[in-house]
Amino acid sequence: MSDKKLIIAGVVIFVAVVAFPFWFNMGKAAPAPELELTERAKELNHGKCVMPTDYMQSEHMQLLDLWRHSVVRNAKRTFVNTSGQEFNMSLTNTCLDCHANKAEFCDRCHDYASVRPYCWDCHIDNPKETE
Amino acid sequence: MEDSRRRFLKLAGVSALGLTTRPVLNAFASGGGDDDAPGVEVKKGKNALKAKQWAMVIDTRKFESAEDLEPIIEACDKIHNIPKLDNKDHEVKWIWEEHFHNAFPGKAQRFLDERVEHLPFLVLCNHCENPPCCRVCPTQATFKRESDGIVLMDFHRCIGCRFCMAACPYGSRSFNFRDPRPFVEETNKSFPTRMKGVVEKCNFCAERLAIGEMPACVEASDGAITFGDLYDPESEVRELLRTNYTIRRKQGLGTEPSVYYIV
Repeated sequence: MSDKKLIIAGVVIFVAVVAFPFWFNMGKAAPAPELELTERAKELNHGKCVMPTDYMQSEHMQLLDLWRHSVVRNAKRTFVNTSGQEFNMSLTNTCLDCHANKAEFCDRCHDYASVRPYCWDCHIDNPKETE
Repeated sequence: MEDSRRRFLKLAGVSALGLTTRPVLNAFASGGGDDDAPGVEVKKGKNALKAKQWAMVIDTRKFESAEDLEPIIEACDKIHNIPKLDNKDHEVKWIWEEHFHNAFPGKAQRFLDERVEHLPFLVLCNHCENPPCCRVCPTQATFKRESDGIVLMDFHRCIGCRFCMAACPYGSRSFNFRDPRPFVEETNKSFPTRMKGVVEKCNFCAERLAIGEMPACVEASDGAITFGDLYDPESEVRELLRTNYTIRRKQGLGTEPSVYYIV
C-alpha cells in the first residue's frame, strides 16, 4: 500500500484530463440561437408555417422527408395540414420562398446543433429575391 | 450420449428464440409510411395530368435541320438548370440530337434516303416500360413510377455508382463529374439543381405534368412532338400511332421504349 498516494494522484490527473472538455467549457455554453423571419414569412398565412411552430422546430426534417417521398415517388404534391390548408410540397418553392434568409434562419440553428444538412447543394434558397 | 437429450433441448430452445427475432426486427424496421405526421394528408394536385404510361411521338418530318431542334433543347436546358460543360466527357444531356445511324443502329440501311441521312434526330430518355436502369440501381434511386410510368430519379438516394448508365442502352443518363452549379448559365430558381456525384436524365417534365402543363419540349416543338397516355385509345398519341408508321430505338432489346418516331 506504499503506492497509495501515487495511485490517487494518478487517478485525479486522469479524471481531470478526461473531463477536460467539460470543465474547460463550463459556463461557456452558447446561447440558443434567435431566428429571424423574413417579412414575407411574417405576412404570409398570418405568420404561420405549414404546421405549428414547435412541431416545425423539432420535426421539420421528418416532414421534409415525408414531402420528398410523397412528391418524388408517389407524385402527390399537395399537402393538407391539420387545419385543412393546402400547400405545394416543395422545399425550393414553398419553404425557401418564405424562409429566404438561410443565414439568419436555417444556418443559425444548424450551426448551434452542429448539423450540416446539404439541402442547399441542390435546392436553391431564396427563389424570389433575385431579379 | 447421456446428455444428448439435454443438448438437443437446449439447441431447440435457442433456435426457437432465433426464429422470433425476425418478426421483432421487422416490426422495428417498418413504419415510414406516407401519412406519418398526425392529422395531415397528402394528395395529388387538382390540375395534375394523369396517365397510365406517358408516351411521346416525335414527328421528324416536321424538322429540317439542327436549327429546328435548338429551341426545343434550349427550352429543356433552361427550365431544368442543365449545365453547359465544354468537356465532352463531362457533358450533361437530357434531350439532344443524334444522327439516324447512331439513334437507330439496327435500322440504318447502307443507302439511306438523303433526308434521313442528314436529319438530326431528337433523343431523350425513353421512359421504357421495362427499364434496365431501374433493375440495376442498388438503392432504388431510379425507379419506374407506378402511377404514370415515368422513369424517375430520386437524387437524394443516388450514390453515383453509375450502374444505370451502364445499363441504359440509349445513353440517356449523364453523370455529374463536377459541381454543375457554376456551369448553369441562367438558373431557374423554381427547379433544383443537382450536385456533384449524381446521375441525371430527362424526367418527362414530371414537375410540369403535376401542375397540368405539357413537357417543355412538347410546348417548344410547335406541334412536332405529341405527348399523351399510351394506354388511352382516345389519346392523341394513340391516334398518331394508328395513322402513321412509327419506329422506336433499339426495340429488339425488349425495353419497350415509350418514345416513338415518325420518320
